Amino acid sequence: MSKDLNLTLHVWRQKNAKCDGKFVEYPAENISPDMSFLEMLDIVNEGLIRKGEEPITFDHDCREGICGTCSMVINGRPHGPRERTTTCQLHMRSFKDGDSVTIEPWRAEAFPVIKDLMVDRGAFDRIIAAGGFISVPTGSPQDANALPIPKEKAELSMDAAACIGCGACVAACPNASAMLFLSAKVTHLGLLPQGQPERYLRVRDMVAQMDAEQFGTCTNHGECEAACPKGIKMENIARMNRDFIKASLTYRPATVGGGAG
Amino acid sequence: MSVAEQSIAGAEARGHGFLASSVGRKVVMAATGVILFGFVTVHMLGNLTSYLGVTAMNHYAEFLHTMIHGGGIWIFRAVLLTAVGLHIWAATTLTLDNMAARPTGYRAQQNVASTWSSRTMRWSGVILAAFIIYHLLHLTTGTVHPNFDPTNPYANFVNGFKVPAASGFYIVAQLCLGLHMWHGVWSFTQSLGLAHPRYDRLRRNFATGLTVLVVGVNISYPIAVLTGFIH
Repeated sequence: MSKDLNLTLHVWRQKNAKCDGKFVEYPAENISPDMSFLEMLDIVNEGLIRKGEEPITFDHDCREGICGTCSMVINGRPHGPRERTTTCQLHMRSFKDGDSVTIEPWRAEAFPVIKDLMVDRGAFDRIIAAGGFISVPTGSPQDANALPIPKEKAELSMDAAACIGCGACVAACPNASAMLFLSAKVTHLGLLPQGQPERYLRVRDMVAQMDAEQFGTCTNHGECEAACPKGIKMENIARMNRDFIKASLTYRPATVGGGAG
Repeated sequence: MSVAEQSIAGAEARGHGFLASSVGRKVVMAATGVILFGFVTVHMLGNLTSYLGVTAMNHYAEFLHTMIHGGGIWIFRAVLLTAVGLHIWAATTLTLDNMAARPTGYRAQQNVASTWSSRTMRWSGVILAAFIIYHLLHLTTGTVHPNFDPTNPYANFVNGFKVPAASGFYIVAQLCLGLHMWHGVWSFTQSLGLAHPRYDRLRRNFATGLTVLVVGVNISYPIAVLTGFIH
């Protein structure tokens, strides 16, 4: 059995969206290396509650790396030092006894801090609502395999659909750009036949929403790809750019005289 | 707080023009970047005539000034000036947007994938803009040249580079060009959507190869003059 850890945390504390925040130092003592990072924070919070202090607020839900809720920048990296890992999947064995750990919220104009480490990621929901959907008949189910889809396309689409919308790409991007997120959504729908009807409207609508939310723009650093817990590739951003260029070149205003047989 | 309270899908979003959009301005950045990088490559090749001596270089300069009855050089100048203007406009507005997108920074941001070249694009770009102004005053108009002779570009080239401070600035500017091109050439393929796993290594190697070639040859000119190889 490996030895328990004693760490020093520097945590961003902010009462609400309007107040200024500051870093506060907390000791994290007797932490098992088998704990997850969130469990470590739970222990620290229990200590704070016993002392009558306000516990540290942070987002978490499934704790198995699929919901995309946990979100914190740990020592300057979203979801901590390990690749393709969410904070809940990060174990304390990734740290050494005596380490100092800085914990900050996602930093972006589009993700205002609600409290401490919790930010409002509603901007992502509004981007999805702007175009991240397909129109389907919701009556009786279709025959399975009625639509032929090449295996390679299905796999690329599924790779993009692995995006859990956690926002680590925005947090890692020096420009707080949401283009990796958006490109994953554009790709996972745009590569499949079901996504074709809205394909070129979707990319324009979603980019317009992204701009309205005041996300930054891509300068091709690649930090998003490195931070993404689901391994979403920057190739998707190129595909989104391609679709956007095509959509802008071929967009035509709504027809009024259509429909005549 | 972000401005958007709800989704703006539909006609309202589509009224958001190409040049106002983030991706649209990235495309402008990339397309003008292609023009400018094409220009520096041709410029580097043209100056190779300096190694062939006074006649070759002065003939090349004369050709540039007389092609299409003297109109060619003005077409090139107009295209380049427009490209530079759009490139700077896109860079400025995108940079301001990006700064506004992260008003509060991190205490401990760790860079994992970005390069020194990608992080210094704004600085290398500003230095290049200053260099281009100096370069035009130095060897095109001759305003800041010690003994400028409009009829003898070769002599201007040699006498200009004989001043160590001028040569030093040229070399520093070329290193900035290298930083700017290495990220820029790869980056425009991404912004224009030219990504494919089969060509990913090619894209990187193309950027590296061209940067080394252009910067290497360009730096060789002042060094060749200072060492007396070109005289």
